[in-house]
Amino acid sequence: MPALWLRVAVLFYAVGLMYALVAVSRGHELLRKIALPAMSLGMVFQFVSLAEEGLLSNQLLTASIHNSESLLAFVVMVVFMLVYAFYRTVSPGIVAFPIVFLLTFVSALGQQPFLGTSDGLRTGWLIAHIGLIFTGYAALFISFGASLLYLLQERALKSKNQIRLLTNLPSLGTIDEIGYRSLLLGFPFMTLGLIAGSVVAQAKFGPSYFVDSKVLLSLLMWAVYLIMLYTRWSAGWRGRRAAYLATAAFIVAIFAWAANFFSGMHRFVQS
Amino acid sequence: MNLHLMGINHNSAPVEIRERLAIPEARLPEACQRLAHHPGIQEALIISTCNRVELLAATPSPTADLRGFVRDYFHVNAAEFEPHLYEFRERAAIRHLFRVACSLDSMVVGEPQILGQVKEAYAVARGVGAVQGNLDPLISRAFAVAKKVRTETAVGSSSVSIASVAVELAKKIFGSLRGKNVYLIGAGKMTELAARHLIAHGAGTIFVANRTYDRAVQIAQKFNGQAMRFEELYDTVDRADIVISSTGAPHTIFRREHGEKFLAKRKNRPMFFIDIAVPRDVDPELNKLDGIFVYDIDDLQQAVAAHVADRRKEAEHAEQIVESEVDRYLQRLQTLDVVPVIVSLQDQFETIRQAEIDRVRGRLGKLSSDQEQALEALTNGIVNKILHMPISTLKTAARDPQSTTMVEIVRKMFKLREEPDINEPRATETDKSAGEPR
Repeated sequence: MPALWLRVAVLFYAVGLMYALVAVSRGHELLRKIALPAMSLGMVFQFVSLAEEGLLSNQLLTASIHNSESLLAFVVMVVFMLVYAFYRTVSPGIVAFPIVFLLTFVSALGQQPFLGTSDGLRTGWLIAHIGLIFTGYAALFISFGASLLYLLQERALKSKNQIRLLTNLPSLGTIDEIGYRSLLLGFPFMTLGLIAGSVVAQAKFGPSYFVDSKVLLSLLMWAVYLIMLYTRWSAGWRGRRAAYLATAAFIVAIFAWAANFFSGMHRFVQS
Repeated sequence: MNLHLMGINHNSAPVEIRERLAIPEARLPEACQRLAHHPGIQEALIISTCNRVELLAATPSPTADLRGFVRDYFHVNAAEFEPHLYEFRERAAIRHLFRVACSLDSMVVGEPQILGQVKEAYAVARGVGAVQGNLDPLISRAFAVAKKVRTETAVGSSSVSIASVAVELAKKIFGSLRGKNVYLIGAGKMTELAARHLIAHGAGTIFVANRTYDRAVQIAQKFNGQAMRFEELYDTVDRADIVISSTGAPHTIFRREHGEKFLAKRKNRPMFFIDIAVPRDVDPELNKLDGIFVYDIDDLQQAVAAHVADRRKEAEHAEQIVESEVDRYLQRLQTLDVVPVIVSLQDQFETIRQAEIDRVRGRLGKLSSDQEQALEALTNGIVNKILHMPISTLKTAARDPQSTTMVEIVRKMFKLREEPDINEPRATETDKSAGEPR
């Protein structure tokens, strides 16, 4: 059943994907109206799927590792909804929805057999590690989305003859605030998540855990995160330069995510 | 009841003509009352704004003399105004009223003031009792249509003045204008107008710089702002988020290197330059810097033109809404016309049915409750079946302008009372007619 609910969620998320695809070019009245309800329904089904998986395996940890893409998509949606609650704008979805769709789609496609952790060692730390890191990821995605929207809106404002396009996006100030706040929110989560992860790894693998590909990439991502925050805080970087950094962070994040296949200690599933 | 509308507006007459027919606000109640009491007129509404004067009258006879009122009230010869006056009757009058309320007849299509002005006119006319049962539902409907047009079309949504476009752009850049500082450089009507708009939307401190410091102090006082020395311009402009420049300088005041300096000092917080000077005060190169947005007079005018074009497109949609609403209103009006006939028709048949049952009951003897029910059902069935066709024909006829003749025929055929009062107890009224078909 969890797989079925997940597929239903994918269907709803597809509406969001379509919204995102047409929103950039011209916007679509009907899609704009149904995107948010559809995504909310998708969230509900995804939650049911995740919860059921958790209950079936009777182990929160197993479920979250097994369905990590789905969980991440869900956390991205939670962060998106938080942004929506504050700013009443669906626009970050233009970037967030496709990410959510892709993650959920991938998750719904491949239900791999679970290898299981070798011992129940410090599962509390592991759960904390996963939860914190995922929230950090989600905030990073939203912030990445905001920086792309910022570029779009900035370009429209500067080119002057596209004033009508502007009305579909929130103001530059609002987009900027969304991006900066999600960075601020995500960074402590990411930091604490990495610390929790290293506690687990240190105990399990000893000091050698450090040379693992995923660990290194994650550290790189964290460093880019830090640079983004610093340049923003000290020099007020936004717009183009901030978008470059955000894109870099996003790409590193994707690699770090994909590094599960090369990482010895993150291999929980057969690949 | 007939509707008659006569008026004059910015399209039909120049201001020299319009001002002679304009009615000042203070005299409007009295004018309304006089129009309502003018011979041949029962109810009246007068809308008088700087762009139009509209006289709307509900008249019992189709030939009411609105021209006579114009002659008596304004002491002018209506013939003199003949080429400028327009007149509408019935459907056309309703349509015109709806279009005025929806701001489709306005000089700037979609401007929101006119609806408020019509509402005021309505309040005045109601206050003096000039608007009653006939005009009241029509005018209320006009307000409803205006609201519908406003929510279903974007006819009033985009700004069509330079100052309001500037505010709209500022909002697109900063989000809220609350706490955003404005720097005015140079003086001018347009600068002040834009500043006023920005303040109305919550802008913070206003700085004013002028070649002559005294003038700056003067303008600053108007806005409760702060006068700045022109010599310190480059050191102080970075305090402002929005800069409105309109000096008479022959060359640009702000060049790229200034912009870079401002951005560094502002930690890259965005700046919005509104350059309404010709020749321009702000080098367009500044617009290429990240975080600086420069709009000159042409850019703003272009935006205005684009919005005007948008409104025109939306106005077409709004016109369609008005047309269908006029049809709906007329239809409802006529349906209301046939309702009394239908009611008295039903009343009459019901009385006949009751009388016939009473008549045969004596002969049938005591009936069981089942038999009683069957008798009721049988007679009701017959009456309803017979009435079904005429009633539905009447209802369809209501949509047709010829419905009054149909109503008349039915009245005559069944000898129905002329104006039945629906609230009256039914039995007394139809007692007499009950025996007739026998």
